[in-house]
Amino acid sequence: MNNKFRVFLKGIFDVSPLMIPVVPFGLIFGVLSIDIGFSPIETMGMSLIVFGGASQIVLLQLFSGGASSLVIISSVGAVNSRHLLYGAVVSEHLSDLKLVWKIVISYFLVDQAFARSNEYFKKNKDKDKYFHLFGGGITCWVIWQTTTFLGIVLGAFIPEKLGLSFAVPLTFLALLVNDFRKLINVIVIIISGLVATFGFNYVPYKAYVIVAGVTALLTAAILTKLNKKNE
Amino acid sequence: MSNWLLIIYCGLITFLTRFSMIALLKKEMFNDRIREILSFVPSAIFPAIIFPAIFLDNSGDFQLENNPKIMAAIIAMLIGIISQNIIATIISGLASYWFLIFVI
Repeated sequence: MNNKFRVFLKGIFDVSPLMIPVVPFGLIFGVLSIDIGFSPIETMGMSLIVFGGASQIVLLQLFSGGASSLVIISSVGAVNSRHLLYGAVVSEHLSDLKLVWKIVISYFLVDQAFARSNEYFKKNKDKDKYFHLFGGGITCWVIWQTTTFLGIVLGAFIPEKLGLSFAVPLTFLALLVNDFRKLINVIVIIISGLVATFGFNYVPYKAYVIVAGVTALLTAAILTKLNKKNE
Repeated sequence: MSNWLLIIYCGLITFLTRFSMIALLKKEMFNDRIREILSFVPSAIFPAIIFPAIFLDNSGDFQLENNPKIMAAIIAMLIGIISQNIIATIISGLASYWFLIFVI
């Protein structure tokens, strides 16, 4: 078997278990987007163009709250700032690639694919290893587009009184389950939540996500520094 | 701004955060300290979506009494901490929310 294809399949295989939580996430996104008033084509367009779960749900949440476009776009940027970390970590493994491949890989660099391929890259040095990230990314892409589509279809049958908008805070809560066990993370979580809740009506232009995020990140910087001094 | 333009801009900024580091940066440009702080981004940003959606009503007023979302979120969080499982967290939260509004 062609080595590129073998590595590509390995990427699909490695990322597959991580796709299980993506299914409800995609369904919820599709249902909510229709509920908020985006057309099915726009909803599908979001999943194809943005291709990022957290980004897309933040977009919906702020859009339905009447935030301005500038605030929505910068809040999406804030949510995405974690990707800066992923890119910086995998860039050393991808530095020899042609520009067109760097563009393709960037589009597919989502949380789950990053997590698995980063492990693979650390152990494997062959020149075709980027096909692992490509395989993992395409797997995420297929699952995300399919579940978005199913959510759009299902959305027409789901009654509003089910209160499915509550699924938004729940999905984000679920993404933090690993962080609840670490004290600094818990403090950062509480600070961000309190600033956002109390700032909701007072921060201009609905920029409360950004204000809360920056405040909480500064808190994290201070706490990790203090923590080191005490060691 | 039209919906499509908004979607395209959100797509662009998402792509650029992923692309800029791959294309422009070398690993050495990020020291351990910056990496450590960036690892807190989910903890710093996601609660800004979670808390207002639970504690505020649609018009942005505090809703602390008769609010089944608070209890359901606490149950989901406890299940999440115990199980460390994303699906169990979402399902337990939705199930307890529906139980509170439809059964009790």
